[in-house]
Amino acid sequence: MSATANRSSNTPNQNSGEQLSGERLVDLYKTMVLSRYLDERVWLLNRQGKAAIAASAQGHEAAQVACIEATDPSKDHYLIYYRQFTAMIALGTEPEEMLRGFLAKEADPMSAARQFPLHGAHPRVDLFNFSNVIATQLPQAAGVALADKLKGSDAVTVVYFGDGASSQGDTHEAMNFAGVHKLPVIFFCENNRYAISVPQSKQMGIESVASRAVGYGFPGVQVDGTDVVAVHEATQAAVERARAGEGPTLIEASVERLLPHTTDDDHTRYRSAEDIAQMDERDPIKVLSALLKRRDLLTESEDEEIHSAAKKRGNVATDTVDAEPYPGVETMFDHITDGSGNGGAL
Amino acid sequence: MPEQTVIEAVRATMQAEMRRDDSIILLGEDVGSRGGVFLASDGLIDEFGEDRVIDTPLAESSICGVAIGAAVNGLRPIAEIQFADFMWPAINQLVGEASKVRYGTNGVKTAPMTVRVPYGGGVRGGLYHSQSIEVLFAHTPGLSVVAPATPYDAKGLLASAIRSEDPVIVLEHKRTYRLVKGDVPDEDYTIPIGKAEIKRPGTDLTIFTYGLMLHYALQAAEMASANGIDVEVLDLRTLRPLDEDAIAESASRTGKALIVQEDTPAVSISSEVAAIIGERCFFDLDGPITRLGPPEIPPMPFSPIQEAAFMPSPEKILAAITKLAEL
Repeated sequence: MSATANRSSNTPNQNSGEQLSGERLVDLYKTMVLSRYLDERVWLLNRQGKAAIAASAQGHEAAQVACIEATDPSKDHYLIYYRQFTAMIALGTEPEEMLRGFLAKEADPMSAARQFPLHGAHPRVDLFNFSNVIATQLPQAAGVALADKLKGSDAVTVVYFGDGASSQGDTHEAMNFAGVHKLPVIFFCENNRYAISVPQSKQMGIESVASRAVGYGFPGVQVDGTDVVAVHEATQAAVERARAGEGPTLIEASVERLLPHTTDDDHTRYRSAEDIAQMDERDPIKVLSALLKRRDLLTESEDEEIHSAAKKRGNVATDTVDAEPYPGVETMFDHITDGSGNGGAL
Repeated sequence: MPEQTVIEAVRATMQAEMRRDDSIILLGEDVGSRGGVFLASDGLIDEFGEDRVIDTPLAESSICGVAIGAAVNGLRPIAEIQFADFMWPAINQLVGEASKVRYGTNGVKTAPMTVRVPYGGGVRGGLYHSQSIEVLFAHTPGLSVVAPATPYDAKGLLASAIRSEDPVIVLEHKRTYRLVKGDVPDEDYTIPIGKAEIKRPGTDLTIFTYGLMLHYALQAAEMASANGIDVEVLDLRTLRPLDEDAIAESASRTGKALIVQEDTPAVSISSEVAAIIGERCFFDLDGPITRLGPPEIPPMPFSPIQEAAFMPSPEKILAAITKLAEL
C-alpha cells in the first residue's frame, strides 16, 4: 500500500446515511491490513526488547474502521482506550507516528513518550486518551458532549471502552448523565469477552452490555464487530441520532481478541484451546477479504498486493523510527501547568 | 468598600465571572433551584439558566469527569462538591486524570476547571461533614490548591482559579462562610495562586496557617500581645504550590516557627512547611519548629466535648505561642 492509498482511506465517507461503496470497503480493508501488519510488527519489536509494552487490536480492526467511517473526523471527538490501534490509523495517524509511541521516541505525537502507546492527545484530530485507569474516559466524554451541546455544535463524541470497563462505576455515572441531558455521545463497547483473563460470565450477569442502555433511557444495539457493514450502519444511525439532538446510543460490537491482553500476558493460562481456535473464523481481516472476493471487489492477486504493500510500509516506518532519539531529561519538566496562573511550581 | 461574608464573596465572584465569560458553567449537586446547600449559587440559575447552572445526578466522579471533558472542549466549568467528605469518589478523576491532562498530552490538551469544596470542622459535622482533605490534592503535581480564609481572598483566589488554564481545587472552610466578614471591593481583582500573605506582622515568632485556623491564630496573637509577645501570622492561602520564599523569609526573620492546622498533622501541610523551614532557615532559628494540630484520630467526633477537644482553638494556640516564645 502506498502512502497515498493510506491517506485516501483516511478520508471517511461523511455523507450520513450513505451505504459503503465497494471502493470504500476496499479502502477500509487496506486500513485494516496495514493496522494488522503494524500491530504484528509492534509485537516483534516487543520481543526484541525495543517496545516495552503493547496491547493488540488484532480482532478489533473491523469494528474500529467501520465506526470511524460513519463519523466526521473534521469535527467529531474520539476518546479512545488502549486497544484502539486501528482507530488511530483510520483517523490518519501515520505508521511512523504509531511506532514512535510504542518505541517511546521523542517525536511521539501523542505524549512525547510520557505515556504508554496510544495515550495522550493527537495533534491533528480530536482523539485523546488521558489515562490507563479503566472507564475514566466515559464521564469525560459526557463532558465533551455537554460542551458541544451548550455551544450549539452538531459534533458527536465517540467514546470507546471494553467489556471490562462496563463494570466500572464511571461507566454507569457517564451513561446516566448522558441520558439525563440527551448528549450527542456514542458509547462504543468493543466486547471481546475477556477483561484480561476474566470472562464475561464473571464480569456481568447479562448476555449483552447493550441491554443496559434501557436503564439510561437511550437505545442499545449489539452488532457483529467483525462485520464492517453492520458496524457502519449501527454507527451511522447513532451519529444521526446524536446530530439531531436525540441523545446517546450504546453500541456493543462483539469482537474477538485474537492475541493475549498485552505482550505481558499469556492467554493459554485462562482460555481453552478450543476457545482460541474458534476465533480464527471470526478474524475480521479474513471475514472482509472473503466478502470483497464474493462481491468481486477484490482479486486474489490484489489482496496479495495489499498485504505486501502494508508490509513494506511497516518496514520503512520501522527503519525510520528505530533510528530516532528518545526524549532527553531536558523536556521532562515541560507542561506540568501553564506556569503563570499556577505559579509554575512542580 | 462593601462588607461581605465569605459565602457572599464566593457567590458574587461566581456571578461576576459568569457574566464576564459565558464559557463558565457551574455544576454540582443541588446547585440549581436550591442554590447549593450553603447557598453559594443562590439565584444563579435564575440569571444564567439551566444550561449554565446544572443540577447533576448525585455522583461525584462524574461531576468531576464531566468537568474535565467540558474543560478540554472549551468550557470553564466550576464543579461544586457538596462536602469535602463526599469527594473521595472523585479522587480518580482529579488526582488521577485532571492533574495530568496537560502533562500526559505534552501540552496538547488542558483542563481549565475549578473544583469548589466546602471543608473543615467545628460545625458539629461529625466524621463525614468535617474533614480536611487538602493533603491528597496538595501532594499532586499538576493540581493547584487554594484555601482562602477571608472574603477578600475568597474573591481574588476564586477568580484566579476560574481564569487559570489548569485545574484548581478551591477549599472553602465551611465555618468561615458566615462567621467571617470583611471588606470586598466591587471592582475586579485577582490574587495570584501561590502567594502567601502576612496577615499580621510581628517580630517574636511566626504562625504559619490557613483556613479557619487563620482567624484563631489572629485571636491568639492578639491575646499574646497583651503578654508582650509580638506574633506574626502568615496566611499560606495557597497550599500547592506553597509560597516557599514567603515562608522562609518570615521564619528567618522572626526565628521561631509555629505551624497551626486543623488537619491531622502526620504527613500533612504542616509537615511540608516544617521541612521547608528546616531546609532553608536552619541557622536562623531560635527554637524548634513547632506544630499544633488535632490528635491523630479520624476527624472529628460528633460529640460536642470531643469535637472541642479535637479542634485547635485560640487558647491552645496561645499556649503554644507562650511556650515557644519563652524558649
